[in-house]
Amino acid sequence: MRKNLNVIAAYSIMMGLIILVGIFQSWNIALSIFNLCLISAVMTMGANIQWGYAGLINFGIMGYTALGGLAAVLISVNPVQEAWSAGGSNILFSLFLIIGMVLAVRYVLKKYEKSKIRTYIIATIIILGIITIRFVSEPGIEAIEEVDPAKTGFLGGLGLPIIFSWIVGALFAGGLAFVIGKVALGLRADYLAIATLLISEIVIAIIKHEDWLTRGVKNVIGLKRPAPYEVNLQQTDWFINLVEKFNSSKLNLISDIAERQAALNQFVIEGSSVFVKLCYSGLFLVVVIILLILTQKALYSPWGRMMRAIRDNEEAANAMGKNVVKQHLLIFVLGSAIVGIAGAMLVTQDGLFTPGSYRPMRYTFLIWVMVIVGGSGNNFGAILGGFAVWFLWIEAAPIGLYLVNLTTAGLDDTHFLKIHLIESVPYFRFLMMGIGLLLIMRYRPKGILPEKIEIK
Amino acid sequence: MDFINAIILLLNYIFVPALAYGSQLALGAIFVTLIYGILRFANFATGDMMSFGTMFTILFTWYFQSLGISLGVLPTALLAIPFAIIFMIGYMLLIDKFVFKYYRVNKSPPVQLAMVSIGVMFVTQAVVRIIIGPSDRRFFDGEKFIIKAGEFKEITGLNEGLAIKSTQVLTIIVTMALVSTLFWFLNKTKTGKSMRAYSDNEDLALLSGIDPKKIVMITWIIAGILATIGGALYGLDKSFKPFTYFNNMLPIFAAAIVGGIGNPFGAFLGGYVIAFSEILLTYAYRKFFMYVLPETMEPDGLVQLLSTDYKFAVSFSILVIVLLYRPSGIFKGKIL
Repeated sequence: MRKNLNVIAAYSIMMGLIILVGIFQSWNIALSIFNLCLISAVMTMGANIQWGYAGLINFGIMGYTALGGLAAVLISVNPVQEAWSAGGSNILFSLFLIIGMVLAVRYVLKKYEKSKIRTYIIATIIILGIITIRFVSEPGIEAIEEVDPAKTGFLGGLGLPIIFSWIVGALFAGGLAFVIGKVALGLRADYLAIATLLISEIVIAIIKHEDWLTRGVKNVIGLKRPAPYEVNLQQTDWFINLVEKFNSSKLNLISDIAERQAALNQFVIEGSSVFVKLCYSGLFLVVVIILLILTQKALYSPWGRMMRAIRDNEEAANAMGKNVVKQHLLIFVLGSAIVGIAGAMLVTQDGLFTPGSYRPMRYTFLIWVMVIVGGSGNNFGAILGGFAVWFLWIEAAPIGLYLVNLTTAGLDDTHFLKIHLIESVPYFRFLMMGIGLLLIMRYRPKGILPEKIEIK
Repeated sequence: MDFINAIILLLNYIFVPALAYGSQLALGAIFVTLIYGILRFANFATGDMMSFGTMFTILFTWYFQSLGISLGVLPTALLAIPFAIIFMIGYMLLIDKFVFKYYRVNKSPPVQLAMVSIGVMFVTQAVVRIIIGPSDRRFFDGEKFIIKAGEFKEITGLNEGLAIKSTQVLTIIVTMALVSTLFWFLNKTKTGKSMRAYSDNEDLALLSGIDPKKIVMITWIIAGILATIGGALYGLDKSFKPFTYFNNMLPIFAAAIVGGIGNPFGAFLGGYVIAFSEILLTYAYRKFFMYVLPETMEPDGLVQLLSTDYKFAVSFSILVIVLLYRPSGIFKGKIL
C-alpha cells in the first residue's frame, strides 16, 4: 500500500481535476475530456510498450491511429452495391496482382543469392507490377468514384457492428507495423524515428487520396454507434423516469406543472448526452483495464524481463541466446496494434472519419509527450501521462485566457496587445506542452511515475 | 521547333521550379546535417526554427515598409534578413544555453536530445503563432517576374512560354553564394577545419586543443544564418505559414539523409535530388509527348507517373529506399 502511495495520489488528483471541471464547467465537458483521456491512455500504452519495454522509438503513431480509424469505416459502413458492381472486380483483380507481386518478390529473394542482378530483377518486378496494377485498377477506381459522389463514391464497408473494428483496427495496425518493422527496425534509433515519421506521412497520404477506399478528404460521416442515440433516449420512458428520479429534489421545488415539464425536458436533453458519453466511458474503461492487466502481466513475466534485458544491453541479451531481432519485431507489432485499437475507438466515439485531421503534432508528438511525462516503462505512468497531458491540452486555453487577463489587467480592454494576446490564447497549449516536456526531461527524466521493477 | 517547345515546357514546369525548391530544401538540409554532425542529434525543431527566423524577417520587412524604405525592384525582405539573423542567432544561443547544453555536458544519448528538440519544437511553434499568428502571409514586394510567359513567347515566337520569377533567381543566387561561402569556411579556414575535426572524432579533437564551446557556438551561428535565409527564401517564393514550415521539416530530413547525414555537400545535393524527383514523378507529361511524338502516337491519358497528391510521399519513398540499401546515404555520410 505504502509503495503505491504516489500512484494513488497522482490518480486521485487527476480524477479530482476532472470532477472539478464537471462542477465548474459542465459534466458534458468533463466526460468528453475523460473519454479522450481514456483513448489517449490506450495510445500511450501502445507507445510505452515500444519505448518503455524495448527502447524502440516509433514516431509513426499517427499512421497506426489513422489505420485504426480506417478499420472502423471499413467494418461498420454498409457496402455500396452499385460501386461494387461498377468497379469491384477490377479492385479485386488488382488485389490479386499485388499479392502475386509480393509472392514473386519473395520467391526471388529466397531463390537467389544476394547480388546486383537480384536487386534489378526485384526492381523490374515491382515497376512492371505497379504499371499493370494501375492499368487494371484505374477504370475500376473511376467507375467507383462516379457512383453518387456526393453521398458515397466509395466501396463502403462490411456493415458489421462498429465494435468489431477495434479488433480489426489492431490487426491493420499490427500488419503495417510488421511490414515497417521488417524494413526499418535495423536502423539506428534516430534514423528509425525519422523513417517511421515519414512512413506514417505516406500512410496518411494514401488514406487522404484513395477516394475509392476511404472517401478521402470528403470524410465519412454518420458511422454506426455502439451506444444509443440521444434523440431516441429522449423519448424512452425508463430514461425519462430515471432523469426524473435523479433530479427529483430540484423538480419538487417547482410547483407550476408546465414549468416543471419544461425543466424536466431540459434535464432529459442534458442527461441524454451525458448518458451516451457514460456508455462510451464504460466501453473505453473496459478496454483500458483489460490492456492494463495484460501489459502488467507481460511486464512481470519472463518475457518482460527478457525485453528489459534487451533494452538495457542488446549485445549481452543476444549473447544469452535471445533473438533480439525477432523480439523487437514482436513488440513493434504489439505496440502498434494497441495504437490501432485506440484509433478505432477514437473514430467510434466521434462517429466520423476525417483523414484531413490526422496531423503529426496531435497524433505523434503529443502522444510522445504523454509517454515521457507520464513515465516510460511504467504502465500506470503511461496512463497517467495520457490523462494529465490531454487534460492540460484541453484546459490550456481557459488557463491561458486567465493568465492573459491577469497579466494585462492594468491595460485597457481595447489595447492592441491585450486583444492580440487574447486572440492567440489557443496556441498557449503548445507553449505549455513544450515547457512541460522540457521541465520533465530536465528535472524528472523518468517521468512523473518512474519505472519501478520489483522482483517477486 | 516542336522539339524546342518541348524543352521550354520542361524548363518552365520542371527545371526552374525544382531548382528553386531544391535550393530551399538544400539550405534546410545543410542546417540539419550540421546540427547532426557536430551536436549529434536529429533536430526535430528544424522547420519551426526556420519559421522563427522567417517571422523576424517579416516583422523587419513590415517595419522598413512602414518607414518607406525599399530596395526598388528587389524585395525589401533582403534588407530585413541580416537583422532577422541577429535575432535568430540570439534565440539559438539562448536555447542552447538553457536547454541543449545540459544534455551535451552530461553526454546524454542522441535519442534524449531528439526528444528535447521536440520540446523546443513545441515552444518555438507556440512563440511563432502567438507573435505573428497562424495565417498565411505574403511579404514579397518589388518586381515579381524577370521574364513573363507572354513576353517570352513574343520575343522567341515559340508556342510555349517560359516564366521566371525573380524570387526563383534570387533563391538560386543566394543559395549558391551562401553554400560556396560555407564550404570555403569549412574547408579552408582554421575554425572550419576544427569543426570538421570535432565532428569526425570528438575526443581526438579535444586532445588537440580544440575548444568545444567555440565549436558549438559557431555551429549555432551558422545554423541560425542558414535557417533564417532558407526560411525567408521559401517564404518569398511561396508564402509564410507556420504549419507549412513544420511540414517542410520532412522533405528536409529526407534530403539530409539521402545525401548522407553529417555531410554538408551531400545534404546540398540531396535537396536537389528530393526536389527534382518530387516534381519529375508527379508531372503530367502529356503535352511534352504531344510535342515530341508524331501525331499518330499522341497519348490519351495525362502520362503522369503519380498523382500530385503524392508529392510528399515520393520523397519519403526515396528516403526509405536509400535507408534500406545505403543507410549512410548516396554520398557517404558522417564525414563532414
